[in-house]
Amino acid sequence: MSKNSTIITLKKVQKIYQIGEIEVPALLDINLNIRRGEYLAIMGPSGSGKSTLMNLIGCLDTVTSGEYWLEDEDVSKLTDNELAQIRNHRIGFIFQTFNLLPRANAFRNVELPLIYAGTTPGKRREKAISVLESVGLGDRVNHKPSELSGGQRQRVAIARALVNDPSIILADEPTGNLDSTTGEEILHLFEELHKQGNTMIVVTHEETVASRAARVVRLFDGKIVSDTRNDSNSQTDKSSTTDILARVKRKNIPEAG
Amino acid sequence: MKTILWDTIEAGRIAFGALTANKARSALATLGIVIGVMTVVLMITIVSGLNDSFSTQLARIGSGTIYIQRFPWIIQDDFFIYRNRPRLTQKNYEDVKRYCQGASTITPYVDTMRPVAFKNESLGGVFLIGTDETYLETTDVMPEVGRFISRMDAIANRDVAVIGTTVAKELFGQHNPIGQKVRIGGFDYKIVGVLEEQGAMFGQSMDSQVIVPIGSMRKHFGRRRDLSIIVKAINPDEVEELKDELTGIMRRTRRLGPGEGDNFSINEQGQLMDMYTQITSGVYAAGIIIGGISLIVGGIGIMNIMLVSVTERTHEIGIRKALGARRSQILRQFLIESALICSFGGIIGIGLAWGGAKAINIYLPTSMSVPLAVAGMLFAAFVGVFFGIFPAAKAARLDPIVALRKE
Ligand SMILES: Nc1ncnc2c1ncn2[C@@H]1O[C@H](COP(=O)(O)OP(=O)(O)OP(=O)(O)O)[C@@H](O)[C@H]1O
Ligand SMILES: [Mg+2]
Repeated sequence: MSKNSTIITLKKVQKIYQIGEIEVPALLDINLNIRRGEYLAIMGPSGSGKSTLMNLIGCLDTVTSGEYWLEDEDVSKLTDNELAQIRNHRIGFIFQTFNLLPRANAFRNVELPLIYAGTTPGKRREKAISVLESVGLGDRVNHKPSELSGGQRQRVAIARALVNDPSIILADEPTGNLDSTTGEEILHLFEELHKQGNTMIVVTHEETVASRAARVVRLFDGKIVSDTRNDSNSQTDKSSTTDILARVKRKNIPEAG
Repeated sequence: MKTILWDTIEAGRIAFGALTANKARSALATLGIVIGVMTVVLMITIVSGLNDSFSTQLARIGSGTIYIQRFPWIIQDDFFIYRNRPRLTQKNYEDVKRYCQGASTITPYVDTMRPVAFKNESLGGVFLIGTDETYLETTDVMPEVGRFISRMDAIANRDVAVIGTTVAKELFGQHNPIGQKVRIGGFDYKIVGVLEEQGAMFGQSMDSQVIVPIGSMRKHFGRRRDLSIIVKAINPDEVEELKDELTGIMRRTRRLGPGEGDNFSINEQGQLMDMYTQITSGVYAAGIIIGGISLIVGGIGIMNIMLVSVTERTHEIGIRKALGARRSQILRQFLIESALICSFGGIIGIGLAWGGAKAINIYLPTSMSVPLAVAGMLFAAFVGVFFGIFPAAKAARLDPIVALRKE
């Protein structure tokens, strides 16, 4: 498949939550194409449907109506086991609240997707440790989440998302629970991943985060209200320490709505 | 195939982690299983111990040996029905001896209790048996030293005695009793032999006995004693035929009319075995029922604790599902966890039963067999799997996104 082929296609997607008698529309008529290797930010006010959209893309949830094509598969027609398989092999999900298992150390957390993929223990160890090293946690392998800082926890979660070589990396407010400096570290990591050819989709509230992406999709009340490209950014980003510091400063300037 | 193996090992590891994180709760939850497994295993161990000891004791009576007696060994209805039965007489014995075809040996037998004394030593409560030389053939006793009473002793009603090992030890200590004179119930008897040690039968020592010629016993201790006739079959497989024959002879010699019931009893080992099986199967059934009930209660306890565990770990399940765990993998994880708790309870239960069997061993030879212990463990694990199905299915069915939202 060519590098710029479409990896995700959403056609007239609706998601309606049913609470008793009341229907809560979370997504209305979403049409979206995402190419392989894209770095996409999804923005929008609280309650606009960002997480709902991410969960659909991540195969954690299913559409109420419309079509979701992942590569060449119609996800809405897949069985429970096939969805689990996709979550395991093709998607790396990074959560705002990290969602690490509290009793398991960094290594045990990172090897989880490999366990469900049926990888042998030797290979699991090798792979999990190498991914932990690549996110800079080679010396924290045996630490439990409670023994790690917020940024380190999120890096464990990122390592876990990467360990099975997914084709898409999804992050729902990955820096939402981090201070700006550690947030920058994570974003820097994302840029590295993007450079390596990963498809990145990041949900965020913050313009500073969105500005790192090549493309920004804005949601409002369950609809896409804008879809723009940041040509200056991302692709040519040097991501040096000065850059990071500059952005940290920029974050303190009030955002334009 | 390989995947399933790794899955199972992983699930075991995860389950083990979850269990050790909640040690006290897991231990309490498994209490019912502990009690259930202990009861069943201990009960089976005790009953099989009883079986062994009972059948070795019964074997002494011999399966081809029949006892014609006034009363049955097992009285199931009121005793007063039997109360007016006549005693067996010498004439009955002689008739049986004259007419019976299916018997290889027919032995007369009377017994009573008398004190036995030697010099200043006296021993009370000794079982005094009057019989003849054929007693050796109808029962399994053998003289260890000296000889048994002979045909001549019996015919001549000689005052000679063969004593049991307890009597020999109590009255003579290390000395040789052969040729010594003892006083049995006030009469002098010459000791001609000492029997082999026989141990106890149904709790009664068989070694505190003295055997004398039946005529001598009648002479000194009364002629109207109740006689038993011990009949040994030529062919042990034809005991039933022999019983019929003996019944016929007895009815004839006693001139019983067609409408009259037997006024004697034909006893044999099989009846005891039947009664015994009846009693132990009752004990067995009671044990299994009690154990079964505690296992069910224990299983429900496990189910409850697993449901709590699933609820508590909903978020964890959500994480696992988000990372690609299939339903079957979550199901297996919780089933293994439940089986592990129960196996743990099973091990403790078996340990307690083993200790119990050791303690009881002082009174009754019991030992727990390895297959029984393994079966107990497997059964506990099975209870775990069975009662774990519902909670595990609940966990497996959780919607990933709903589970992830739970904190
Ligand atoms: N499980 C649910 N049941 C019912 N309604 C829901 C559920 N999840 C989300 N919603 C509703 O759907 C809408 C979109 O929610 P969503 O979580 O996608 O918003 P969001 O853009 O991620 O918001 P935030 O920035 O606060 O995370 C909201 O109105 C929310 O109330
Ligand atoms: Mg959200």
